[in-house]
Amino acid sequence: MRFTRNSRILSVAAVAVFALSACGGGGGSTDEAATGGNTDAVIVVDGSEPQNPLIPTSTNEVGGGAVLDLIFAGLVSYDADGKVQNEVAESIETEDAQNYTITLKEGMTFTNGDPVTASSFVDAWNYGAAAKNAQLSSYFFESIEGYAEASAEGSTVTEMSGLKVVDDKTFTVALSQPESDWPQRLGYSAFYPLPADALKDPKAFGENPVGNGPYKFAAEGAWKHNEQIELVPNEDYEGPQEPKNGGITFKIYQNDTTAYQDLISDNLDVLKTIPTSDIKNFKNDLGERSIESPYAGNQTIAVPYYLKNWDGEAGKLRRQALSMAINRDEITEVIFNGGREPAKEFTAPVLPGFEEDLPGSENLEYNPEKAKELWAEAEKLEPYDASEPLTIGYNADKGDHKTWVEALVNSVKNTLGIEITGKPYATFKEARTEATEQTLTGAIRSGWQADYPSLYNFLGPIYATGAGSNDSVYTNEEFDKALKEGLAAESVEEGNKAMNEAQETLLEDLPAIPLWYQVAQGGWSNNVDNVEFGWNGVPLYHAITGK
Amino acid sequence: MTWYVSRRFLQLIPVFLGATLLVYFLVFSLPGDATAAICGERGCTPAVVTALREQYNLDEPFWIQYLLYLKGVLTFDLGTNFSGRPIAVIIAEVFPTTAKLAVMALIFEAIFGIVFGLIAGLRKGKLFDSTVLVLSLVVIAVPIFVLGFLMQFLIGVKLGWTNPTVSGDATVSELILPAVVLGLVSFAYVLRLTRTSILENVKADYVRTATAKGLSRKRVVVVHILRNSMIPVVTFLGADLGTLMGGAIVTEGIFNVNGVGLTLYRAVLNGDGPTVVSIVTFLILIFCLANLLVDLLYAWLDPRIRYA
Repeated sequence: MRFTRNSRILSVAAVAVFALSACGGGGGSTDEAATGGNTDAVIVVDGSEPQNPLIPTSTNEVGGGAVLDLIFAGLVSYDADGKVQNEVAESIETEDAQNYTITLKEGMTFTNGDPVTASSFVDAWNYGAAAKNAQLSSYFFESIEGYAEASAEGSTVTEMSGLKVVDDKTFTVALSQPESDWPQRLGYSAFYPLPADALKDPKAFGENPVGNGPYKFAAEGAWKHNEQIELVPNEDYEGPQEPKNGGITFKIYQNDTTAYQDLISDNLDVLKTIPTSDIKNFKNDLGERSIESPYAGNQTIAVPYYLKNWDGEAGKLRRQALSMAINRDEITEVIFNGGREPAKEFTAPVLPGFEEDLPGSENLEYNPEKAKELWAEAEKLEPYDASEPLTIGYNADKGDHKTWVEALVNSVKNTLGIEITGKPYATFKEARTEATEQTLTGAIRSGWQADYPSLYNFLGPIYATGAGSNDSVYTNEEFDKALKEGLAAESVEEGNKAMNEAQETLLEDLPAIPLWYQVAQGGWSNNVDNVEFGWNGVPLYHAITGK
Repeated sequence: MTWYVSRRFLQLIPVFLGATLLVYFLVFSLPGDATAAICGERGCTPAVVTALREQYNLDEPFWIQYLLYLKGVLTFDLGTNFSGRPIAVIIAEVFPTTAKLAVMALIFEAIFGIVFGLIAGLRKGKLFDSTVLVLSLVVIAVPIFVLGFLMQFLIGVKLGWTNPTVSGDATVSELILPAVVLGLVSFAYVLRLTRTSILENVKADYVRTATAKGLSRKRVVVVHILRNSMIPVVTFLGADLGTLMGGAIVTEGIFNVNGVGLTLYRAVLNGDGPTVVSIVTFLILIFCLANLLVDLLYAWLDPRIRYA
């Protein structure tokens, strides 16, 4: 991002001006807040402009997602640790992990007074899947029987055959194959219910959405585009996310650096991402008002198999060499000031089922000698074509990727002595287009953030043959089989075991090189208390109280 | 005069056509598929991509896309951006804020630039003159984002005189700091232009005549020296209004002002052609009108200039 580097210059200038005099951020107020705090306070938090109308199935980015998660409640929800708990669902039952019967709790309503019924879910899901509605998150319904017909290009089918309403409070779901982790997904925003009126004019609904969650829009037009979104507690809400404050206002920022200035002057209550330029001093500035909390996200670099040098047996050795040539510990320490954790596998540590010492995880450890050996071995099999040196692609418009890519490139260069460079793409879409069309000329950085707390979410959509985000164009029967077994397992625990077996194949093949896990670095103002971050790196907004 | 003005207005038509065509072509040539920006990191299914391409005419060749856009403009329909919001509404939302910001910056740079330049010019070589010259050089040399962040930190965070960022209402008092930052560099130019121009005119024959006639010093300075020195300054200010409107991207970013500059920046990143073209064309028209205004001001400042 173009502003982040600037504020580093600022810090230097500011230090010069103040010559290290009282740079303590806001004046720390010392009065003891009563435990519990002020539950009427309106909390101002940072947000970004939702890219689409606020319809659950057409929102696929964090700005809109954060708002949807507060104004809607799904069948299940996730607690701070990512544990699944029933929310609107009374029960989700299955015997074969393929056919589910879902019963809803009594007396749930939307904020317009409509009851939450089985059709609220079934209609919303059908709407999300049907091709003619072009919903960005349509693929979330792919497991449901009949999805293929409804979502095919030009299809006029508007209902998935796997969804059946039994009565007001009950519906059944048939999947096209057994998937034991399917109920875990139901807390993701794409699966939220919609009131009956919503689908008559989705666009208008998306401007002023009506949900069943802990919060609701403060008034018609509470979404002032590119400025703020004002939410107030929904008095009728009953559930685990009961609001402990008088409302949440998302103030929309164009860049984190600016938001940080507002935070340290107490004009913003919670900032969920400390800008890169302030990572070195935010703990100093904020003291006890800062937090570092690991969440379900990681950073990898995908190395496509269609690149020369990186396919076949020699390619596999080279991938391992490349991975061992990256000094993850040093980069996370120096570049991120400890704000990332070196990766041990392909998912993330906060997820249920995570194991950090899977066989093959030594391939992700810095080992320059072994790296050189492996590279030499690959040379014997097939000499490296130096006319196509490796590049590491990254988008330069959002996020500060340049710094770590450069560090990574140097680490590899120093170890293997090969030519390797960073390759900035001006925009995110440019990089994505090449990845989708399989015309990349080098490796590309790729970040993944969990939609729902499950190992499969980090494996299936990225490494399964033909999967939507399979940038490496990886295909391995053994992996696909293990993945399928994991899905068909009778319990989530057994499923996770199989998923981790599938990961052993990945650790050997390295279709992508895992780098590190994300850690949320955030802070809050002198005006609020009880700020905690959840498993997905988003603050638990409902629990925040005023002072 | 009327003829002159209407001729200038007619000239706007080819300017409009040329500008839209050129900008549309530039956005069209940007690498990357616009649907990739809409779909984000996860991507969409092929069926969704096809539907999106159809919705925004992205599957049509360049000429058809451009003509469809032009047709929309002529029927007063600018279309929607990639979030599905009408572009006309977006412009109506952000334009007043940016206009307010630009005009405030312009007033700041005009008043302070001319007054300081006048004093410096009249006291050539004195302490005030030298100080102002050095300071303006520093302001010109330091990039605007450094000035912006520094002033935000000092005035907004450390001293707390104002909020570090601008709220959605963008009140005049909130905009003072961003307007000063935005106008700072131009202020230095206005100051130097005025100073140079004054220095030239102080020695002019008609000034000596006016003084010899026994006119008061004040009248000589204001009516004879200053007014005649204004032509280059007014030219600069006129051109600057257009620059301030579109070029406030950095300042708007620092102070989180929801204005034209940032909207344009986001649209460029997303490859949102219709939005970019609409905003740029709008800015070009403003630029042309500001220049027309400047040309008309010439005649008022210097009676020797006439339009027919």
